[in-house]
Amino acid sequence: MYIIDRRLNPGGKSLVNRQRFLRRAKASVQRAVRDSLKDRSIRELDRDGEITIVRDGVHEPTFHRTAQGGNRDYVLPGNKEYLEGDTIPRPGGGTGGPFAGTGDGADEFRFILTREEFLDLFLDDLELPDLAKRRLAGAVVEGVRRAGYSTTGSPSSLSIPRTMRHALSRRLALRRPSNADMNRLDEEIERLERQAPLGADDASRLEHLHQERARLERRRQLIAYIDPIDLRYRRYETTPKPVAQAVMFCLMDVSGSMTEHMKDLAKRFFALLYLFLTRCYRHVEVVFIRHTDRADEVDENTFFYSKETGGTLVSSALDKMLAVVADRYRPEDWNIYVAQASDGDNLAHDNPQAVSLMQNSIVPIAQYVAYLEVGREEDPMPAGTFPKASDLWQGYEKVIAPKGRFVMRKVHHRREIYPVFRELFQRRTGRAEAQ
Amino acid sequence: MTGRADELLFTGSGWDFDMIRRVYDAVEEVAIGEMKLDIYPNRIEVITAEQMLDAYSSTGMPLFYKHWSFGKQVLANEMLYRKGMRALAYELVINSDPCISYIMEENSATMQTLVIAHAAFGHNHFFKNNYVFKQWTDAEGILDYLNFAKRYIMECEERHGQAAVERLIDAAHALMHQGIHRSPRARPRDLKAEAAREAERQAYQERVYNDLWRTLPRGAKQASARAEKRREALNLPQENILYFLEKTGPKLAPWQREILRIIRLIAQYFYPQRQTKMMNEGAATWCHYRIMTTLHERGRLTDGAFMEFLQSHTNAIHQPAFDSGHFSGLNPYALGFGIMQDIARICTAPTEEDRVWFPEIAGTGDPDGVLKHIWANYRDESFVAQYLSPHLIRRWRLFKLDDKEATPELRVDAIHNERGYREIRHALARHYDIGWEEPDIQVVDVDLAGDRKLILEHRVNNGVLLAESDADKVLQHMADLWGYDVCLNEIDPESGKTLKQHRAQPHSPSPG
Repeated sequence: MYIIDRRLNPGGKSLVNRQRFLRRAKASVQRAVRDSLKDRSIRELDRDGEITIVRDGVHEPTFHRTAQGGNRDYVLPGNKEYLEGDTIPRPGGGTGGPFAGTGDGADEFRFILTREEFLDLFLDDLELPDLAKRRLAGAVVEGVRRAGYSTTGSPSSLSIPRTMRHALSRRLALRRPSNADMNRLDEEIERLERQAPLGADDASRLEHLHQERARLERRRQLIAYIDPIDLRYRRYETTPKPVAQAVMFCLMDVSGSMTEHMKDLAKRFFALLYLFLTRCYRHVEVVFIRHTDRADEVDENTFFYSKETGGTLVSSALDKMLAVVADRYRPEDWNIYVAQASDGDNLAHDNPQAVSLMQNSIVPIAQYVAYLEVGREEDPMPAGTFPKASDLWQGYEKVIAPKGRFVMRKVHHRREIYPVFRELFQRRTGRAEAQ
Repeated sequence: MTGRADELLFTGSGWDFDMIRRVYDAVEEVAIGEMKLDIYPNRIEVITAEQMLDAYSSTGMPLFYKHWSFGKQVLANEMLYRKGMRALAYELVINSDPCISYIMEENSATMQTLVIAHAAFGHNHFFKNNYVFKQWTDAEGILDYLNFAKRYIMECEERHGQAAVERLIDAAHALMHQGIHRSPRARPRDLKAEAAREAERQAYQERVYNDLWRTLPRGAKQASARAEKRREALNLPQENILYFLEKTGPKLAPWQREILRIIRLIAQYFYPQRQTKMMNEGAATWCHYRIMTTLHERGRLTDGAFMEFLQSHTNAIHQPAFDSGHFSGLNPYALGFGIMQDIARICTAPTEEDRVWFPEIAGTGDPDGVLKHIWANYRDESFVAQYLSPHLIRRWRLFKLDDKEATPELRVDAIHNERGYREIRHALARHYDIGWEEPDIQVVDVDLAGDRKLILEHRVNNGVLLAESDADKVLQHMADLWGYDVCLNEIDPESGKTLKQHRAQPHSPSPG
C-alpha cells in the first residue's frame, strides 16, 4: 500500500474545460452578464457572481424515454395505508408520476463566474481611446528576465545541459581516461593473467599494464568527472518595466437640482468607467470632485453618499480639477480621463467660463473627456420633438476637440447607461482600416 | 508498524500519515485476515476539496481528454458545493490495478478510517471479483489507455482544429450509451475457415442441384433475400451505433474513427459500473460497517469515533418514504446494504419463511462466504431478482404502483403480502436491468450501394416513446457523422406499426 500526498499538485486541472465551456456558451453568458448589471449595485459590480443561462446551447442530448405517456410501474418504499387494488388520483395533471424523477431536466443552468471571468465578458470588445501617453513614470515595476549564465547561483537555477557541456569539454581537453580506455586495459590484463604459464615477455608486459592502469586510475581521480568550475547557473536580471498609469477625474454636480435618480445614473457611469480603466492600466487613481457653487475633492463614500445643497457653478469644479492636476498629476506622465456628470443646470453667467476652461485647459491635457447629462427618469423624449437643450449642453457643443476626445451623451434611464457606455468605448475597427 | 492489537488507533479528529498507515493495517487485518477479501494492491492519495471538484468533473478519472462538457460539470458542482447544497463525497475510487482511492484532507480521522474500509477494501474487492467487471474491463490497462486517449485527442486538436474535434466529441457523447456491446461478440471467422465453409456450401448446392427449381416463379422474395444478405454483410441489426459508425461510416476520416473508438471504449469501461451501482455501493457499505464494528468491539476505536461513524453511516443509508418530500428514488446504498444485511441475517438466524425462500443459504452460518459468492456472480438486476426477501419487503413496506396510459388513475398493484412479494421483486429487478431501462435502438438497414440512408429502429416498450427534442438532436449528430440522411422509426413490437418517425439530414456536405 502506498500513500501519496497529492495536495501540493498544481490545481486548476479543470481550468481548460471551464474555459472551453465559457467560450462555447459565450453569447448567452455575455447576455446574462450584461443583464445582471441591472440587479447589481455599484459596489458589487466587480464581484464574482451567480449567472443563469438557458440550457439550450450547452445541452447534451441523449436518447432517452419521455416522462409522459405509455404504461409504467414504480416500486416505492414506505407504504402506509394502501391495499392491493387501491387507486390514487394521478398527480400533476397526468404528466407522469410524482415519483418519475426529474423528467426532462430544468431549462436553466446556473453557475458562478469568478471576478476575472465576469469582467472579461462584461468588457469584452471595448477599448480605451488613445493610449498614446505611455510613459516611464515614478511607479516602475521590476521585471525579471533571463540573461545568460553565471558561475554562481542557487541550486534550483543550475543549468544541467550547460554544466555537462563544460564538463565534457574540460575532460576532453585534459585527456581524462575514458571508461572505454580502462575497460580495454582491464581486458588485456585479464587475458594475460588467464594464460597460466607466463613467458618473460608477457610477464613484463603484464607488469607494464598494471603500472599503466594505476597511472590512468590516478589520473582519473585527479581530473574529476564534474568539477565545481564546470557548474553554470541560469542568470536572471531585473529590468524596469514601464507602467502606463492613469488618473480618472469624476466630477459631479451635487446641487439641489440633482435628484437621487440622477446621482444614481452618474454613479453607474463612473463605476463602469472605473472598472474599465482598471482593466487597461496597472495603476489607476481616481479623484472625486463634487461641486455646488464651490468644489471640493472628497473621498468616494462622501462623493456618492453624502448630501449637499447649494447653487451650481460648474467652472468651480473645472478649476479645482486643474488645480489638482497641477499639484499631483503632471500631464506628461499621466493619462488623464475626465468624466463629468451634471443635470445641465448652471448659472447663466458661468457658462462662458466653463466652456472656455474646457476648451482651453482641459481638452488639451486630457486623454478623454466625457460629459454625461443625466435627466429625469420620467422624461419621455417623445419621438420627433427636440426638448430644449440645457445651457451647459449648448455651451459644450461649441467645444472643438479632436474626434473622439470630447464626447457628450444624455441619459435618462438606468438601462441606457450600459449602451451609452458601450457606444463610447466600442472598438473602432473602421479606424484601424483608415490607418 | 502496527500498534498492539488492543490499542486505540487514534484519539481526536486530526490525522497524519503515520495514523493512516496504522489505520490501514488495522483495517487490513479485519478485511483480509477475517473476511478474506481479495483485492488489487492499494494506492491511497490525499487530495484537497478543489482537487476533488476537478476529479468529479472528469468522471473521477485522474486524467481525461479535454471537453467543454466537463467544464460545465465543474461549474455546476462548484455552484452546489459553494452554496452548501451538496457536500463533496468523502472518497473517490478508481477501478484500476493498483486501485486508486482519493481521500480528502478535510476528513476527520474517523472518516479516513471509514473511507479506507469502504473504498480501498469494499469497492476494491468488488472491482476485482465481480464477473461483469472481469468480463468487460481491463483494470491494468485503463490508465495507460486514458493517457493515450488524452494525447491522441490533443494531437487531433492541433492537426485538425479544436472546433472539428469538439463537434465530433459532442456527437460521440450524445451516442455514448448506444456505444456499448452488451454481450460478448462471436469472434469473426478467419479467412481460411470462411473459404472452407464456402466450399462446403458449394458442394452441397451441387449435390442437391435440380434444374426444376429454376422453373419456379420468382417474386418479391428475391429482393428481400438480397436485402437480407446486405444486412448480414454489415452485421445488421447492430445495437452498438458508435461501433457501426466507426466501422462503416462512409465519410469519416481515420482520426475521426479513432476518436469514436476511444469514446466507445470508455463508455464500455463504465458499463459494468452502471450495471452494478447498487450492489457495488451495498458491498462497500457492508464492508465498512462490518470492519468498523469489529474495530470498535476490539477497543481500537473510541466510543466517540464510533458515534461519529454511525452518524455518517446512517445518513448514507437513509431511505425516505415515497411521500416524505425528500424522496428521490431508491437510495442504492440503502437498498444494497439492506439486502446484504438481510442475507447475513438469513445465514445466521433464519426464520421458517427464509428456509422456504432461500433454502441454499439459510442457516449456513457463513455470511462472509455467501456474500463474497454473491458479489462475484451477480449484478443489480439478478441480485434483486434472487435475494430481495419478503422480510425486507415488509420492513421497507415496498409497494408497486401501476401507471397505465388508458386509465385516469394510478393503481396499487402489489403490496407487502403473500400475493405481492414475487410481483414486487420482479418489478424492482426490472428497474435495475439496464437493457430494459434504456431504449432499445438498433441500426437495422442501410443500402451502401444506393442512397446510403441509414435506418434505425426503436422498439418501443410499454408505449413509451423517446423524448422528442433530444432524439432529434441526437439524430442530427448522427446524420453529421454518417454524412447522409438518417431515419429513426419508433416501432411497436407487437403490432409492427410505426408509431413515430424522426429524420435528419447532415448539416455539412462532408464531416471531414
